[in-house]
Amino acid sequence: MENVAAPQPKDNMGQPVPRVDGILKVTGGARYPADIKIENPAYGYLVTSSIARGQISNIDTSDALELPGIIDVITYHDFSGQIEKPLMMGGEGGAGYAGSTSRPLHSSKISYDGQIIALVLAETFEAAREAAHIVQVTYKAETPSATLGSDGLKIQAATVVKKSHEDPKVGDAEKAFLEAEFKIDKTYTTPVEHHNPIELFSTSCVWNGAELTVYEPSQTSHGLKFGLAQQLGIDPGNIRVISQYIGGAFGSKGAITERTAIVALAAKKTNRPVKLVISRAQGFSASSYRAETHHRVALSATKDGKLTSLIHEGLELTSRDDAYFVGGTDATSRMYACPNILTKVTIVRADRKTPGFMRAPAEVPYMYALESAMDEMAEKIGMDPVEFRRNNDTMKEPIKGLEYTSRSLMKCYDEAAASFGWDKRNKEPGKMRRGEWLVGHGCATSCYPTLMAPASVRVTFKIDGTALVETAAQDVGTGTYTILAQLAAEQLGIAINKVTVLLGDTKLPPSPVSGGSNVTASVCTALLEACNNLKSKLGNNSGGNLEAQLQKANLKEMDGFAETVAPGAPKAGIDMLHKGVSAIDGGAKLKDRIQFSFGAQFIEVEVHSLTNEIRVPRMVGAFAAGRIMNPRTSRSQLLGGMIGGLGSALLEITEVEKSSARYVNKNLADYEIPVNSDVQQLEIILVSETDTKINPLGIKGLGELGIVGTAAAVSNAVYNATGKRVRSLPIRIDDLIA
Amino acid sequence: MIPFSYSRASTLSDANLQLSAKIASSSFEKGEDKVQAEVQPIAGGTNLADLMKLNVMQPHELVDINQLRLQPDIKAVSSNEENLVLSAFATMSEIANNEIILRDYPMIAQSLQLAASQQIRNMATIGGNILQRTRCAYFRDISFSQCNKRSPGSGCAAITGDSRALAILGTSQDCIATHPGDFSQSMAALEATVTISGKNAKRTIPFSALHKMPGSSPNIETILQPDELIVSLNIPAKPWARRSIYLKIRDRASYAFALTSAAVALDISEGTIKNARIALGGVGTVPWRSIDAEQALKNKVPNDQNFKIAAEAAFKSAKTTEKNAFKLELGKQTLIRALTQVAAMEI
Repeated sequence: MENVAAPQPKDNMGQPVPRVDGILKVTGGARYPADIKIENPAYGYLVTSSIARGQISNIDTSDALELPGIIDVITYHDFSGQIEKPLMMGGEGGAGYAGSTSRPLHSSKISYDGQIIALVLAETFEAAREAAHIVQVTYKAETPSATLGSDGLKIQAATVVKKSHEDPKVGDAEKAFLEAEFKIDKTYTTPVEHHNPIELFSTSCVWNGAELTVYEPSQTSHGLKFGLAQQLGIDPGNIRVISQYIGGAFGSKGAITERTAIVALAAKKTNRPVKLVISRAQGFSASSYRAETHHRVALSATKDGKLTSLIHEGLELTSRDDAYFVGGTDATSRMYACPNILTKVTIVRADRKTPGFMRAPAEVPYMYALESAMDEMAEKIGMDPVEFRRNNDTMKEPIKGLEYTSRSLMKCYDEAAASFGWDKRNKEPGKMRRGEWLVGHGCATSCYPTLMAPASVRVTFKIDGTALVETAAQDVGTGTYTILAQLAAEQLGIAINKVTVLLGDTKLPPSPVSGGSNVTASVCTALLEACNNLKSKLGNNSGGNLEAQLQKANLKEMDGFAETVAPGAPKAGIDMLHKGVSAIDGGAKLKDRIQFSFGAQFIEVEVHSLTNEIRVPRMVGAFAAGRIMNPRTSRSQLLGGMIGGLGSALLEITEVEKSSARYVNKNLADYEIPVNSDVQQLEIILVSETDTKINPLGIKGLGELGIVGTAAAVSNAVYNATGKRVRSLPIRIDDLIA
Repeated sequence: MIPFSYSRASTLSDANLQLSAKIASSSFEKGEDKVQAEVQPIAGGTNLADLMKLNVMQPHELVDINQLRLQPDIKAVSSNEENLVLSAFATMSEIANNEIILRDYPMIAQSLQLAASQQIRNMATIGGNILQRTRCAYFRDISFSQCNKRSPGSGCAAITGDSRALAILGTSQDCIATHPGDFSQSMAALEATVTISGKNAKRTIPFSALHKMPGSSPNIETILQPDELIVSLNIPAKPWARRSIYLKIRDRASYAFALTSAAVALDISEGTIKNARIALGGVGTVPWRSIDAEQALKNKVPNDQNFKIAAEAAFKSAKTTEKNAFKLELGKQTLIRALTQVAAMEI
């Protein structure tokens, strides 16, 4: 029987090798940062604010300090002025590390719900938690602005918030839209979402003289090291970050958060190692989140299905102090051939924590809006939605006329449609039924920019026939250990079980953040060159037996090292790499080409004719992303992405209380994500594609591709089932019941 | 979590004695809400341990009653021609998997199978299940200062807040917290009685008298005294039991609390509903038997029109908020769907 988890490789795909760390993970052998035993730790528990805006007027720790086993309760009185204002990752001018410039424990100021206001340290976790519950805080509260549409917001153009932002446009979209016969003009909204990786946020800090070791699940071990050094004002050379296994991240462990410097300083103050594991509820404010968005999408098309105008206006929320937003019009303005395109992104500042990266941060909300509108436009002109997309498919992006390095969008549509049985769909809503259930089919496009960053790798071949690959890149659960072992084995001509890969430790050569789906392309490029360097140092460029070469040269081992940048990228990126900054580039940002991965998703929903609950019996996704290093781990990434997309379509929403700007449903019973029984048939088709322009191996990356478009495909299917267009996520019973 | 002492009871009388002795020496005053007492029995702990970690409940002493179901005189399920008797100390999975229940009381089996997860069902007892506390977020999160159920007189943040999951029946201006249980609805519908054991005596009350509506004291949830334990649930063997279902509507397919649910049993003969038994979940502040809906169906033909009349009757006293207004229509449709399904059952 075919093993669906291990798809057989097609052209330009590696072998479906099982994860090299799989057995360690399922047997508990993989040590996640909070699992690592540290000597004599003080256990931390946070006290967080219960208002979103105002001042702490008094914080009384006396009762807490009297409990047995309490070591200290640290507030802003202790740490004020001791932690430098963080620099924003990806901020103007480059070199930043943080997800927010918020400075808890600096002053009495409260800027968002759940802000850290004290750290309790105790001999046990339970004692710390008990004490945290009785720290008495009184506030001088001010009325906060909670969300889009609230009073007191500051509204700015994205171009004002971030000078480097451009609103892509071409032609005269307003005029074309006005003159068009067939058009739609709709508003779509997406909610607040939280990553909720199963592994909680944790940090353990151990000082040894001036040297600090930090155990923390991080998507960027070097970013954490340099970010922490900046905040503490110490030499980064004295900091070591260890982050070997990460239990899911999805962006939430990408930028340094407020907790790390606080824990480091607390460990120094108490002269003891400190271990902090943040609760699920407090985790909703410990890192970032996907902020709510509103979109106006206006499309016009000719009767025979050619787009004549595309207008996409995005409205996003961010914090009062930081410039983070996603600006997904970069992607949506370049998906389809269209002579007249107008985009605009507007930013709303509210009394909320700074939002941040969450799986395909820009593409998930913006493509949901565009792909929902594409379905509405296709219906308006009576055209099959797949054919409508085929009519507007292009190998050249319409804004600057740059060529796609490769684009297999319609191949994805055709392979997925065939497997799904799209030809059996009744395009008229409400006409397909299965007993008491209405059945609907929908589809949508997935896309994700192909991004790369500088990376460095050392590979060492030893006389016993084994090899060691060393790089500080992280495996956030995606399979980085496995594909690096595969590539090294292939390049050195040895079996994969002879390769050891070391990751997630700043003692290793620096690698970029595990974000933007760049690591496979970036690190494999460096590993390939490191292997070539090793072989050429042994004088063996033509392959053959490396052991024999070593023996001949009377050597016990030979290493190869490489620091690489993306084709055409400036070498200066390597200097940034050594400062913990990932100079990520690609997608629609390059001057000579445009590079994206694509996919197509088809979804069947059932909606109960009386009670309106929505179930999803079938999902089919086909994806093309250049060279597939490992069809098994790739499928798993795309599977997880589509399940995440299913969650965003039907379940996920963080409720923000309008009066208080507070999150209400901060637990996994009330913040719902799909469970096994929500996912019935889910098929991933890996579409063969070769791209010779992006990097020597032709890797595009696909970690974030699978979640893009799912919500639109579900929404379009719900319309096909019920005849109701719900233009707001998640789509729930409330939206459908009369 | 506040440090607590722990002791294990070996028999029912031992449990009653331990509870009453510990309560006598605690600061508990008669009339206080039992569930906030400093002394608590603990069985599966799937609700109490959670609430202790959240600092919502702060018992100083726990009496473990898990040994009780191992006593030779305690049987998880016993039945005769007149009664089905369920031990309150049995686990949810023991009851859900029992052959008699599966065959003769499908509503009971379904209400357990559709609740929680297998792991929780293996731990949680049915006695604890019917006493589980609300999932209202404002009750469970002590960083919200307003909750009349958690701290009497503080106000209710839920009524104007995120109330999507909260109750529309039996609410008061002080509380709209939903009773979260599924199994409770089957007990309400099937007219169970509850046998309760205290230090000095046993008493039996109708299930419908166990829970108290919030009114102006939502902190008082049941009529149980702090030394009392629920011993058994007794369900009369009636002709409608076999033609019964539990229908649960929720956002995701599993592992979620009910938005709405309906526990429905019909006795149909010669094309007429002789008797109906109906309880509604996800919508009430307590397990919600709807005698109005039952009466609307008595001696009626099982058809769509009569089901709609019953659904209207069931929800005529509903009070909604902006966020949970959809539950009114959803609750009606849930009941209609359940009635349609149960009427069509082959028995």
